[in-house]
Amino acid sequence: MSAHQLHIDWTLCTASGACIELLPDLLTADDWGFPFSAAGTDVPIPGGSLDDARLAVRLCPRLALRLESAKRSPQ
Amino acid sequence: MSEPWEWPPEQLRAEIKASGLLGRGGAGFPVWRKWESMPARRLVGTSRRRVVIGNGAEGEPLSRKDAVLLQRDPHQVIDGLLVTAAAVHADELHLHLDEAAEATLSRALQQRPEASRIRLHRSAKSFVSGESSAVIGAIGGGPAFPTDRRLPASISGLRGHPTLVHNVETLSRISQIVRMGGNRFSLIGTPQDPGPHLLTVQRPGHRGAPVVLESTANASLVDVLFGAGIDPDSVSAVLLGGFHGRWTRMDESARKPFGRIPGAGVIVALAPQVCPLRYTATVTRWLANENAGQCGPCRFGLPDLATAVQELADFPRTAAIQDIQDIHRLMGQVSRRGACFHPTGTANLVASALQMFPDEVDAHLAGRCTATESIRESA
Repeated sequence: MSAHQLHIDWTLCTASGACIELLPDLLTADDWGFPFSAAGTDVPIPGGSLDDARLAVRLCPRLALRLESAKRSPQ
Repeated sequence: MSEPWEWPPEQLRAEIKASGLLGRGGAGFPVWRKWESMPARRLVGTSRRRVVIGNGAEGEPLSRKDAVLLQRDPHQVIDGLLVTAAAVHADELHLHLDEAAEATLSRALQQRPEASRIRLHRSAKSFVSGESSAVIGAIGGGPAFPTDRRLPASISGLRGHPTLVHNVETLSRISQIVRMGGNRFSLIGTPQDPGPHLLTVQRPGHRGAPVVLESTANASLVDVLFGAGIDPDSVSAVLLGGFHGRWTRMDESARKPFGRIPGAGVIVALAPQVCPLRYTATVTRWLANENAGQCGPCRFGLPDLATAVQELADFPRTAAIQDIQDIHRLMGQVSRRGACFHPTGTANLVASALQMFPDEVDAHLAGRCTATESIRESA
């Protein structure tokens, strides 16, 4: 279990694709260009990808990403 | 004897915990745990104000139970709201309702001075507007859309205040529990799902209007169908728990107790001449149209998924193995990818249809429909 997860706020994401380019091992584009991970909305980030994930958060033009410590999602 | 909302909060909380009551809005979360998630008033970093919202806006289009409850017993709902507010030290009380219930509730509120602080709000009529974060958004003056929750509503809900949202039937059960005692309530139904439940039974292909009745998790599907005046032998398939529910057949499981009542208690009983795949396609299209347009995978994925399911249902034109593969791929691309449960619930419904009706799927792929016995026209 990774200590960090990348949370995607789907209400903000407009499929600009920056995160998919920065995290090619963790995200692919779905049929419509939105970031896809089998994990769904909270993508586990292994330690080696942490810097790239931080960059993705900074470069997302819609500010739709945030890096969180992995935890239970709010009910 | 004093009114229950004047009792000590610890006593109210103990009764609800003893009752084992689960929420009646669909998610079935234990009510006492929801209450305990409300922070103490002195907790640093949270607002001192506490909010309780009663939600009577049935987003589920086939559900009628909350509408019937609000018409017949508005005071029991009001009692439950007052009790809940007392138990969690709330100062702000709201009721979120469909237009049809407004007059009854506003009359009921005028009859009792202790309820004068309850404010009524009219719901936007849509499927996702009944979701609790959408209700909080609407009462706060925003659009009735689900939001990406950074914090649970019990920490930061309406205008940032700790907020509890309960379905109106949950409130009426709370009122019953404090009057009859949590231990007595816990003996009704099953240990996993105690107390009475309101159910709405719908019957596509059968005669008659939907039926709202009271039952318990001890009842079987056959019991409930009889209770609704439907002969179980005239039913080919049943959707349990509404549009985000799951399909079942009238096999031996239909004679066993539910154990837990599915979802918000909506039961759709199909007559044999209604094709379950076609019904699933219609519901999927309806759910796709009800998406809030906020989250990409839901906004684009649900219409595509609805089209793929429709093509399977409309076998004479297009059915092919490719459709099944498309359906599976699209389910994977919408599931768990949104701010609320809508895309996941829709994918689950489709998955359940494929799983429960493999013979019907094979028949459609072969150009037949076992329900309608129609034959593919040769091109």
